[in-house]
Amino acid sequence: MPLFGSFALLLALVLSAYCLFFGAIALRQQAIGIQSDRLAETARRAGIAVWVAVAGAAFALVWAALNNDFSVAYILHHTNRDLPTPYKFAALWSGQEGSLLFWALLLSTYGLVLRLRHKVDVKLTAYASTILAAVQLFFLLLLNFAARPFSLVSGTIPPDGNGLNPLLQYPEMVIHPPMLYLGYVGFAVPFAFALGALIMKYPGEKWIHITRRWTMVTWCFLTCGIFLGAHWAYSVLGWGGYWGWDPVENASFFPWLTGTAFLHSVMMQEKRGMLKTWNVWLIFSTFMLSILGTLLTRSGIINSVHAFAQSPIGEWFGWFLLLVFVVCLFFYIRNRDHLRSEHRLESLLSRESSFLFQNLVLLAACFAVLWGTLFPLISERVQGHKITVGPPFFNRVTIPIAMFLLLLTGVGPLLAWRSTSWASLKRNFTIPVMAAVFTAILLVAFGVRPWEDAAHFYSLMAISLGALVTATILSEFLRGGRVICLHTGQNLLASMVTLTRRNTRRYGGYIVHFGVVVIVIGLAGAAFNQQKEQELGFHEQMQIGPYTLVCDNYTQEDNPNYGIEYAILNVYKNGNPIGQMFPAKKFFKASQQPDTIVANHSTPIEDLYVIYAGKNVDTDKPIIKVFINPLVMWIWVGVWVLIFGTVVAMIPSITAAAVPSLQRVRPVTVALPVNSEPVEAGD
Amino acid sequence: MKLFRHLVASVFTVALSLLLLGASGDRARFNDLGHRMMCVCGCNQILLECNHVGCTYSDRMREQLAAATQKESNDENILQTFIKEYGTTVLAAPTMRGFDKVAWIMPFAVFLSGALLAIVLIRNWKARQAAHAGPRGAAETLDRYREQARRETSL
Repeated sequence: MPLFGSFALLLALVLSAYCLFFGAIALRQQAIGIQSDRLAETARRAGIAVWVAVAGAAFALVWAALNNDFSVAYILHHTNRDLPTPYKFAALWSGQEGSLLFWALLLSTYGLVLRLRHKVDVKLTAYASTILAAVQLFFLLLLNFAARPFSLVSGTIPPDGNGLNPLLQYPEMVIHPPMLYLGYVGFAVPFAFALGALIMKYPGEKWIHITRRWTMVTWCFLTCGIFLGAHWAYSVLGWGGYWGWDPVENASFFPWLTGTAFLHSVMMQEKRGMLKTWNVWLIFSTFMLSILGTLLTRSGIINSVHAFAQSPIGEWFGWFLLLVFVVCLFFYIRNRDHLRSEHRLESLLSRESSFLFQNLVLLAACFAVLWGTLFPLISERVQGHKITVGPPFFNRVTIPIAMFLLLLTGVGPLLAWRSTSWASLKRNFTIPVMAAVFTAILLVAFGVRPWEDAAHFYSLMAISLGALVTATILSEFLRGGRVICLHTGQNLLASMVTLTRRNTRRYGGYIVHFGVVVIVIGLAGAAFNQQKEQELGFHEQMQIGPYTLVCDNYTQEDNPNYGIEYAILNVYKNGNPIGQMFPAKKFFKASQQPDTIVANHSTPIEDLYVIYAGKNVDTDKPIIKVFINPLVMWIWVGVWVLIFGTVVAMIPSITAAAVPSLQRVRPVTVALPVNSEPVEAGD
Repeated sequence: MKLFRHLVASVFTVALSLLLLGASGDRARFNDLGHRMMCVCGCNQILLECNHVGCTYSDRMREQLAAATQKESNDENILQTFIKEYGTTVLAAPTMRGFDKVAWIMPFAVFLSGALLAIVLIRNWKARQAAHAGPRGAAETLDRYREQARRETSL
C-alpha cells in the first residue's frame, strides 16, 4: 500500500502539471484565435483524473492506518493498535503529512466538481480549472518532495504505534478539521474564478453569480469548522473557555473575516457595478490569508498549542504566497481598466456606504487579529526580545470593533440604496433604537453595572445592540410580510415565508444576521462567569452560585487504550436535585498523555461546567474545578441559526410567476425625475 | 431634526468614550494581575486559567502572586518582579510603553485612517455629482418616490 500511495501521488503530480501547462497553452491559443478545443478538453480530463489519483493515495493511507501498517512512519506516529476505528480514519488529518494529503484531496474534489460542471461557462471554467491546477501542483509538489506521507520507517518496525494525540480522540475532532479544511481549501475556487475573470477580462458580473454559491458553501464550512473547534476546546481542553486567541485559531479567523466582507461587498458589484477592484482583491486576500494561516501553523515561526512540528515546509508556503501575490498583482496592473466602477457612492447615508463601512470594519478586525498574531515576531526584530500577545490584547482591541460591526449590521438594512434622507432614517430607526435602550435599562435593572466593570459595559453594549439588530430584522420581515398579507390574504407568518422564498438571499442573510446576534449574546455572557476550585472527599460538598455539588464517590477504570479516573457528583440547584455529573481524567497509554473529560450541565441560562483536575497526592482526594458560564448555549444555538440562514440564502428564489397568488399584487407606477436611475426596492 | 441629530451624536460620543475607557473596576488585585500574566510552562494560557495537572509553574506563580499582592501595594512593581524572574513573555499583553505601544495604536489607527479615507472619498464623489446634478429638489422627490416604491413593492 505505501508503494501504491506514493505512485498515486506521483501520478497526480504529473496529471496536475499536464492540466496546468496544456490548459494554459490551450487558453493562450484560443486567445490568439487558434482552435484548441481538444487540447483544452484533455487538460480538463487530466484535472478530473487528478482526483482519482489523490483519492487513491488518501485511500492507501487510511488503509495503512486501519491495518496497523507501522512500516509507514506517519501511521507509526499517529495511530496504535488499540485506537478505535473512527480515530484511525481521522489519523488522515491528524498530522502534518496526512493533513496536507487531505488538503490535496479536498482541493481535487472541488476541482472535480468545477470541471464536471464546466458547461456553466466553458471558457471561464477553463481559466479557473487551470488556475486551480497550479494550486494543486503546489500541494502535490509538497507531498511528493517535502512532506511525504508514505515515508517508511528505517530499521526494525515497532510492534505498536505511538498513538493519536489524546486531545484529538473526541468525536468532534473527527469532523472539525475536515470542516475547517473544506473552508480553507474552498476559497481557492472563487479565487480561481476571480483571477480567471480578471485575466480574460470577463465581461459583466457572471463570475460572481457562478461563484456566489461556492463562496457561501465555503464560508459555511469555515464557520462550522471554527465553531466546532470552539465547541471541542470547550468540551475537551477543560479551561472553561471556547476561544483562546491562539495563533492557529486566529489563522482560521483571517479568511473568515475577509470572506464575510467579500460576501457582502459583491452585492454592491451585482446591484450597482461598484467596488470591482475591491472585490477582486478581497477574494485574492481571502485565499492568500488561508495560505498565510497554513504558513503560520506549519512553519513553527509562531508559538501555538496547536502548531504542527517545526518543519521546512513553511518556506514552501512562504514562496507560494509570494508567487500568488505577484501573479495577482501582475494581472491586476495589466487589466485594471476592466475593473472600473460603473457608479460612485453618492451619500454617506446609503446602503452602499453601510456595506463599505462594514467591509472596513471587517478588514480592520482582520488586521487587528493578524497584527496581534504577528506582533511577537515584529517585537523580537525591533526590540530584540519576544513578548506575548494574548487574550487581553485581542479582547480589548477586537471587542470595540465588533460592537461597531454589530451596530452596522442593524443600521445597514434600513438604509436605501444610493441615498437615505434623515426623515426616513428617523422613521426607520425609532423602534430599533427604543428596543436597544429598553434592553439596556432592563439589563441595568437586573444588576449589570457597566460603570463598574469594562466587561459589564461590553456585555450591556453587545446585548443592547443585539436587540437593535433583532428589531431591525423583525421590522424588515414584518414590513415585507404585511405587504404580501395585504395583497394575497395569507396570514402574516405564511406571508413572511413567501417573502423569504421570494428573495432567499436577502432574507436568508437576515437570518444569518440573527444567528450572529444570538452568538454575540452568548459571548456577552462571559462577563458574568464564576469559578471555584476545591478538594472534594467522600460526601463533602462545595457551593458555587445557586449550585451545591456533593461528592458521592470517586473511582477509576481501565481499558487497552486508556485508564480513567472520575468523580461521581450529586448536583443540587437551590436545594433541588438536578442529577449526577461525572467529570473525568483519562490517561492514554500509547502516548502517555492525560486528557480531561468535562462534565457539563447546559441550560439556556447557564452552563455548570465541572472538571476533574486531578488528585491531591497528599490527601488522595479529587480536586474539582467548577465554572458557571452564563449563556454559552446561545453560542451553539446561534451557529445553527446561522447555518440555517446560509442554507436559505443558497436556495434559489422563486419567481413571482411561480406564485400565482402574487400576481394579484397591484402594479405600482412611479414617475421618476428626468436623468434619474431606476429605484431598486429591497436587497 | 436638529434635536434628533444632536441626540444621535451625544449617544455615540458617550458610547465611544465609555468604550475607550476600558475601566478595570474593583475586582480583586490578585484576579486582575493573574489575568494579566501568562503561565510560562508553554501552555499559552492565562496564569489563572492554566488547568494543567502537575504544572510546574502555575501553582508556584500563583502563590508568588498571592504573596506579592499582600506585600506590595503597587501593581506595576509586582509585574516588574515577575518580568525579572520569568522574562517579558510573562505579560499577557504588550505594555503601554515604548515600542509596545505600537501594538495598541496600529489597529485603531488603520481603522480610523480607512474610515476617514472612505468618508473623504464619498464626500468628493458626492460633490462632483452635485456639480452635474439636475434641478433642485430632485433628490427630495426621488426620496419620496423611493420610499413609496419601497413601501408598496417590498416583497
